[in-house]
Order: sequence, then structure tokens, then C-alpha cells
Amino acid sequence: MPILETRELTRQFGTLVAVNRLTMSVEQGEIFGLLGPNGAGKSTAIKMMTTLLPPTSGDAQIAGYSVTRHAGQVRRLIGYVPQMVSADGTLSGYENLLIFAKLYDVPRREREKRVRDALAFMGLADAADQLVRTYSGGMIRRLEIAQSMLHRPAVLFLDEPTVGLDPAARRLVWEHVQQLRADYGMTIFLTTHLMEEADALCDHVAIMHLGNVAAMGTPAALKASLAKEGATLDDVFIHYSGSALESGGTYRDAARARRTARRLG
Amino acid sequence: MTLQEHGVPRGGLASQRLLRPLTGLHTFVNFLRKTLVIAELEARKLRHDPTELITRAVQPALWLLVFGQVFTRTRAIPTGDVPYLDFMAPGILAQSVLFIAIFSGIAIIWERDLGIVHKFLASPTPRAALVLGKALSAGVRALTQATFIYLLALLLGVNLNLHPLALLGVLTAVILGAILFSTFSLIIACLVKTRERFMGIGQVLTMPLFFASNAIYPIDIMPDWLKVLARINPLSYEVDMLRALMIGQSSATGLLVDFGVLVLVSAGLLLIGAKMYPRVVI
Repeated sequence: MPILETRELTRQFGTLVAVNRLTMSVEQGEIFGLLGPNGAGKSTAIKMMTTLLPPTSGDAQIAGYSVTRHAGQVRRLIGYVPQMVSADGTLSGYENLLIFAKLYDVPRREREKRVRDALAFMGLADAADQLVRTYSGGMIRRLEIAQSMLHRPAVLFLDEPTVGLDPAARRLVWEHVQQLRADYGMTIFLTTHLMEEADALCDHVAIMHLGNVAAMGTPAALKASLAKEGATLDDVFIHYSGSALESGGTYRDAARARRTARRLG
Repeated sequence: MTLQEHGVPRGGLASQRLLRPLTGLHTFVNFLRKTLVIAELEARKLRHDPTELITRAVQPALWLLVFGQVFTRTRAIPTGDVPYLDFMAPGILAQSVLFIAIFSGIAIIWERDLGIVHKFLASPTPRAALVLGKALSAGVRALTQATFIYLLALLLGVNLNLHPLALLGVLTAVILGAILFSTFSLIIACLVKTRERFMGIGQVLTMPLFFASNAIYPIDIMPDWLKVLARINPLSYEVDMLRALMIGQSSATGLLVDFGVLVLVSAGLLLIGAKMYPRVVI
């Protein structure tokens, strides 16, 4: 049974169909990538799967629990790192983790160890007691991932996990994501508009364009499906979405993306 | 930096124990526990940066020192047999609680513009606990104000009732007032969603709430239309409760009514807030 399944998942904002009948499934232990330019509907899709946004129609299930009917159970089963900065800059790294360990009902006697382990796992043990606003962008991202793995979620959702990071910090995040799967068998669902990221991390990808899934499969299969010799995932993307990184999105999206980039930079 | 190996067992699914639906008492205990975690979070923030508490203390100090002193001298406002300064001290406490609470909602907008709210909403924390936890933290901030105002009032020679039960009552009134107005503030924040609009509405609301109450003058001397507003203004009930407990003036509406109004309005707002809060990210 797939650990994550969506059926005809749809969200409309007024007349705009942000996500149109998204149907897909992710097996346990997979790293699955949802690709697409800004405004393709990736974040909307992830918000529905994480119970933040009710679907207009259709449904998504995590380990058999519906996001619409069993939202409470779903929230216990998932971890979520939003695209924007979600760690609290006015608290220390340790405190950020401690609060989430409590919110996720990590048993009291295990709490301290889990928090310390997560800090060590993400390479943040030395910075644990510093205020997060003194962290670099890469450190903030790793802390955020640490926050959402404390309860050992069945599915970890990462929305644009490396947006605004420099290449070195990006690589470090990739390594940690792969290590999470290797050590904990965690299923990871991420969105990205970086083809390189999808190529490096994902077992399966779905390419979204204007709310629709344009193509789905393993990166290798998608590349092979193109007639072109030595096609890259970039070519696949251009082929299916008609444009490279031509962003849709609004003034607000652009402002947000830049703000996030600046904060992380 | 290298990745470290750990002897942590593999665990795909969260343990089954966590998946059992919660019932009755369990739900309530869980709600209280999570509320306290959120309040703890806010208290930790405050401990890292307490400057807000100090700057917040300036305004009530000015009211007591300047406005209070002048009006005590002119005796322009009839306050019976208590000096005007004594009469207004509880009003100024209520005012400073109101000001702290009514602008607390802006933090939600900050946290929403980042991704902090999203992360909390995707966690299994009851929505009402997220709201009440924030409100309690406004209560903690308000209590530091209360301490400050008590010290200042004592210095100015206000005849305060320092009986432990009276103090306990004041503590209750201050926390209830903070919960009420900060939840109100959160609801507004969820509706307007931008800092600019929120600040505008906050300014527009604060002064009418303050002036259409018994904070700095008795309801008796108001014109009739204002009396009506003052009677439906929850701030009047907070002030009435504080005035009875702090300077021993007999309560106009009765302590039990004051308490009841504050609790019921807070509970109502809490329910609305819990419904509205998830919509802030949409």
C-alpha cells in the first residue's frame, strides 16, 4: 500500500484552478519530487496534503488516513517544513526543537535525547544554544528539518527545501535528506524548481504545469522518453512545461521568494 | 561537518499509541498541556528579549504621573470620596493590559509572513490551544505591567488594597482581560492579514474602547449614548472588577457579573479564534 496517495486532488481559488485533479502515489521509503515553476501549484498541493488547506474536491491519504476526514491523525503522521522560514529566530536552536518535541508528544523521558540526537544528526550540536537569528541560511534549514523529524514522521514534506541557499549549503541539505531516509526509512515528499535537486535526490518525480501534472516517472525514464540524445531533466522540464523557469506567480509570490532568499542568505 | 552515525532504531511509522483517537478527559488534558507549551514558547522569547516589557511601561507611567496628577489637582471629575489618582489607577492598569493585548495579534501576521504559523498548524496541536497559549502569554506580559503599576501607584501614595485575596483577584482580572483582548486582536489579524491594515484597525479600535469605558471617568457622568457603549464594552467590566479589588470601591455591576462577563466573552472569542486561526495561512 502506498504511504501517500492523492485522488483527483483539486483546489480552486475563485476561477483559478491552482491544482487540477492531482492523482499520484508515493511508496514508503521513497524520495518523491514535485517539480514545476513558481505558480505551478506545488505549494498549494503540499498545503492540502499537510491539512493546511481544504481541497475543493478529491482527497489525499497518508498511511490510509484522509486529510479531510482524519486531519488530526494525519498531523501526527507527518512532518512539514514550509518554504518560508519556520524556525523562530528569537529562540535558541535547542528551544525550537524542545517546543516541537512537546507539541508532538515525544515522551518526556525520551525528549532530551531526541532533541540532542536531532541536533547532532543535522550537525548543529555546537550551535544548539545560540539564538537562531545568528544562524546561516543553511543552518536554519537544517534546524527546521530537525524540528519536523523529532516525532519520526511517516512522511516528511519539504516545500522548496533549498530555495535561497548557496550551492554548498544546498548540497549539505541534500546529504541530510538522504541520510534521513537511510537512517530512519522516512518517506520524503519535496517540491522544487531545481532540476539538479530532483536529479540528485528523487526516486520519482512529477512535473506540474499550471495546476496539472504534465509528466510523472523516474528521472531516468523521463529523460529517456525524450527523443533527444543525452537529455537532462532540464530538457524534460522544458519539454513538458513549455518553459524553463518562466515564473508565473504574483507580485506577492515574488516578494515572498525574495524575502525568504534574503533571510536565508 | 560530517554526518554522524546513531544507534537510533529505524522507525517508519509513528507508534500506534499516538494514533489512537483521543477522548473526553484526555482531549481536555491534552488541550491544557499544549496551551502551556505555547505559553512556554512565548515566555522563553520574552526571557531572551525583555526590552518590550520596559518600553511598554512608559505609557502607563505617563498617564499616572502627568494626567493623574493634574486631574487630581483640578478635581474636575467627580469620584466621590476617593482621590482621582486612586480612582484612575485601576483604569490605567486596565488600559495598559488593553494596549498590550490589542496589538499582540500583529505577531501572528509576522509569523504567517514567515512560515511559523504553517508549521504549528501542520502539527497535532489543538487550534484552541494555539490561540489560548498566545493569549496566556499576553497575560504574562500584562502581569509584569501590573507589578510595575502597583509599585508606581504605591510610590504616588495611592491607597491600594494589598490583601492576598484582593491581589489574587487582580491577577485573575488582568489575565482574563489580556486573554479577552488578545484573542480579539488575533481574530482581527486573521481577518486583515497584513501588518499595515492591522495597525490601522488597532489604532482605530483602541481609543474608542478606552474612552467608551469607565477607565478614567465614571459612567454616571457620560451622555446617554456613551453610557450604552460603555455598558457593552468588556473593558468596563474589567475596570469595575479591578477598581473594587484594588481600591475597595464598591463594584457597580458586582464582582461575579464582571468575572462572568470576562470569562464568557473570552470563551466566545476563543471559539471564534480557533475557527479563524487556520484560515490565516490560506
